[in-house]
Amino acid sequence: MNDVHKEKGTNKSLSLFFKSSFIVSAVIIVISSILLYFTFTFDIVPPILNRGIQPATFPKALLILIIALTLLTYFISLKNPWKNEKKLPNSFYITLLSFVVFIIVSKFLDFFLGIALLSIIVSYFWGERRVIYLIMVSIIFPLIVFVFFETILGLRFPPGIITNLYYG
Amino acid sequence: MENLGLIFAPLFSYKLLIVLFFGTIFGLILGVLPGLGPTTGGALILPFTMTLDPLSAIVLLTAIYCAGTYGGAITAILINTPGTPAAAATCLDGYPLAQKGEAGRALGMATVSSVIGGIASVVVLIFFAPLLANLAYEFGQPEYFALAIFGLTMLASIGEGSPIKNLIAGAFGILISTVGKDFMTSIDRFTFGINELTEGIGFIPVVVGLFAISEMLTQSTLINQIFNRVALKAVKLPSIDDYKKTWKTIIRSSGIGSFIGVLPAEGGTVASLIGYAEAKRWSKKPENFGKGSIEGIAGAEAANNAATGGAMVPTLALGIPGSATTAVILTGLIIHGVRPGPDLFREQPEFLYGIFGSMLIANILFFILGFFGAKIFARITLVPNKLLWPMIFAVSVCGTYSLNQSIIDVWLMLLFGVIGFFMRRYGFSVVPVIIGLILGELVEGTLRQSLVIFDGNWLMFLQRPIALTFFVLSLIALSFPLIKKKK
Repeated sequence: MNDVHKEKGTNKSLSLFFKSSFIVSAVIIVISSILLYFTFTFDIVPPILNRGIQPATFPKALLILIIALTLLTYFISLKNPWKNEKKLPNSFYITLLSFVVFIIVSKFLDFFLGIALLSIIVSYFWGERRVIYLIMVSIIFPLIVFVFFETILGLRFPPGIITNLYYG
Repeated sequence: MENLGLIFAPLFSYKLLIVLFFGTIFGLILGVLPGLGPTTGGALILPFTMTLDPLSAIVLLTAIYCAGTYGGAITAILINTPGTPAAAATCLDGYPLAQKGEAGRALGMATVSSVIGGIASVVVLIFFAPLLANLAYEFGQPEYFALAIFGLTMLASIGEGSPIKNLIAGAFGILISTVGKDFMTSIDRFTFGINELTEGIGFIPVVVGLFAISEMLTQSTLINQIFNRVALKAVKLPSIDDYKKTWKTIIRSSGIGSFIGVLPAEGGTVASLIGYAEAKRWSKKPENFGKGSIEGIAGAEAANNAATGGAMVPTLALGIPGSATTAVILTGLIIHGVRPGPDLFREQPEFLYGIFGSMLIANILFFILGFFGAKIFARITLVPNKLLWPMIFAVSVCGTYSLNQSIIDVWLMLLFGVIGFFMRRYGFSVVPVIIGLILGELVEGTLRQSLVIFDGNWLMFLQRPIALTFFVLSLIALSFPLIKKKK
């Protein structure tokens, strides 16, 4: 019996680590700590040139404040737990993945192609199945935006397989 | 006051009138689309404003602000989903009244009370902004530092959500502003060897990412959501009986909204909730609230539109944004090379009074367009998200790229979009990040310059009466949530 109780107790304490308040606080504290470490690598201004405080002092103070406030939030959450968030649907992960696709395609192939691909992925996986609308959203609209920025704002988009065709 | 005549200048400029007209239409469209609103819309339009002169650009943004704040009521009343967060309180009585077959009456009251609130707040802006700017002549570096701290603590205490989370978000915003070359010593901070980061992180990638892209990710979790839309025949002007029931509420909420707007916080959202609560408290029939009370609609709508002019007071007079949308407007001012503050009042009165006049005209324009076009604008809600958001993405990407022609800016925008999504999911408002980013340079710059003046003696801050007052007010602001909780 005792073993069973122990196991239950272990599960309870383990579940604490899977609570969103713990995970979010841990992520903030870890990232802030890494950034805090980087502040120690900033160049130091010699006293004769230093006006006021060192360039690293202000970011250090901010990061320490963020860590302290995050710890406070976490301890408050032990008394008043955060509301449970629903599991994220697949459409969210697909949208997030489409961002990655956009970054890779726009970097290595073409900026415009990246936008077109993202648009078609998002539109399709959010439920659009009509081909004409998919074409409108992924080709016609980005083309209008592209031409608008190119002609009215005089913008030059980064080179790529399609953009190069346009620029000749 | 000798500049009051300049208010009418926009009436004689066909260019400004065209900008106002399109700004108002665009603002209404943004307002009715849930998830967009004047803040995200303003952020999206910011890169486009670079083709305009500074006055036209800011007039466009303020027209979007005024009309967008009202536009949120159309969706709140017809589909029970606030087009903007500031219209959340309008849902409580607007939708039940629409369900009773009185959508036209509900929208009519929302339109009239919005216009009255909006115009009242512009009057507050016209008279208070110059007074505040005059007061700011007394400010030195320590006072500006204390003021910026006060602005951030106010945001934490009366903004939406947890005050501590708001403070964390605000500190994060200030931290972003430290990226790049240190302005006093030219030493690189958080650049990680990336050349593009030496100039710092621009406002546009952060603003568009935190508002537009994070909203796109939020919408990706809601693709199966179905809205029940109430049919609208026509908007009806309120009857004499409705005016009798609501005139006190409208005046009260206009005052509340203007006051809340002046305080650096989330402007219209907080104002409408307080305006609604006060309307209920003073009502002879509080039991009708939540069941389609016309006073509830008037209380919420007059207050959220009154916050627009109020929020412009600290934005223009001190360079401290009064709300999320004014943070975007302030970004617009900065990227157009206009520094808000007392000098702006002295050196460019025609610019400022042009903005005041344009806000008055925008209120009248959205009254006309809202009254006659609400039915058409309501149809915009029928545009499915699966088509709308990919298009918004294309505009966001090109707009962000356009400012510096930098692909790194686009990646940063996406990164901040993801950060913004998770922040909102776990109860961190993204507004303090923007305000922190805007105030960051001011906070650090004034702190360091003050310490130079004080020869490193921190206690000297307490010997400056105005700075001390702001610090005391900051402490009160920070303890306000605790006092509220104990009550």
